Amino acid sequence: MNDDHDSAYAGLLVDDAHWAFGEAAHDDPLAGMDTSIPAGVDATELASYCLELGDDALVLAHRLSEWCGRAPDLEEDIALSNIALDLLGQARLLLTRAATADPSVVPPLPDGSPVPPEDALAFFRDDHQFRNTNLVELPNGDFAETICRVLVWATYRLALFERLAAHPDGVVRAVAAKGVKELAYHRDFAAQWFVTLARGTEESRRRLHTGLAQVWGYRHQRGEDAVAEAVLAEVLAAAGVAAPDVGPVATSSHTEHLSRMLAEMQVVARAHPRGRW
Amino acid sequence: MVRAAAEVAAEVVDPELPMLTLADLGVLRSVETEGDAVVVTITPTYSGCPATAAMRDDLVHRLRREGYDDVRVAIALHPAWTTDWITEGGRRALAAAGISPPGPARTGPVPLTVTPVRRQLTCTRCASSDVELTSEFGPTACTALYRCRSCGEPFEHVKEI
Ligand SMILES: [Zn+2]
Repeated sequence: MNDDHDSAYAGLLVDDAHWAFGEAAHDDPLAGMDTSIPAGVDATELASYCLELGDDALVLAHRLSEWCGRAPDLEEDIALSNIALDLLGQARLLLTRAATADPSVVPPLPDGSPVPPEDALAFFRDDHQFRNTNLVELPNGDFAETICRVLVWATYRLALFERLAAHPDGVVRAVAAKGVKELAYHRDFAAQWFVTLARGTEESRRRLHTGLAQVWGYRHQRGEDAVAEAVLAEVLAAAGVAAPDVGPVATSSHTEHLSRMLAEMQVVARAHPRGRW
Repeated sequence: MVRAAAEVAAEVVDPELPMLTLADLGVLRSVETEGDAVVVTITPTYSGCPATAAMRDDLVHRLRREGYDDVRVAIALHPAWTTDWITEGGRRALAAAGISPPGPARTGPVPLTVTPVRRQLTCTRCASSDVELTSEFGPTACTALYRCRSCGEPFEHVKEI
């Protein structure tokens, strides 16, 4: 073991004022980046857009992390946790960008609270303030339904992030360019499992059909996308699965599933807004 | 005598792959001194890489120990980190530690792959090319899991990104 990591406390020598439930405020994930508002961009709209993209990633990351320790086998447990971690990273960057673009979106915290802005947004907003789609807040269902949701979501998100390479904001562009590489692994993981389940047993195929029907209507809640549709059609064809006969589900106000999820995610942080260790 | 800040920063190792320095990994992008202040710029490997905070602390900690009191760590998200930035020395260090180094990263639009990815790899223990992918997601964000069919050895492969 090298001398940088031979003590669990070594890293704390730099600054011991860590918030108990997240990164220290000095670990700004955009430290040193240009966060000025580009010409022609409305700061409020930029913040709002970053909250939408960030909340989708945050909520799905939490759903996927609910599989931790419960997936069908160790490899899939690790895979779903890894995907959750990538999405949590995207969420952290996007929520930080939202807070730098428009600080008024960050909920007020008690004086002396060490909670950084992105964590204030994650842990101290109420359900109605979240901007995520219904697609990501639905409960996981079984493994097949989870695979269907990751396939649909990652395919759409990847197509969107490829287009965001032309976004006027440098931080959004950078997050998207990085995210494309990660999302390609997520999409292909789900696509491969989709084909495997379709070619498996009668039971795996039945569950796959049921899971796909559950999520299919929600797939274009961030807008229709021909590129994503073509990719999904390719996966369904490879699996020999017909698209479910399910019409689009319009984006609605949040379901109680989000409220329950947030209650569990936020309860400890909210009980200790000044918590340090 | 005070050692150059760039030299000190280049020795800091990755918290999860300690056989690699941050310079070998390609995460260390620049070290600039402005008077007594040092600005170290790093590019995280993955969006959610939990090691980024540890890297930042380690850089500050090591530079302070060498006499640099004013150290700032800046993040550069663009261009995004790619495994192509891992140095030749870094690739040798990975292989020596039993971890298969990455091939060239793909560029441009990402084609869909509905069958498991095929890579030309050799077992890091016996050099057999008869290896199978166990999972595209391994114990750290940047590795996939493989198993050698010849000698049975399980090993990690740094996946191309
Ligand atoms: Zn072998």
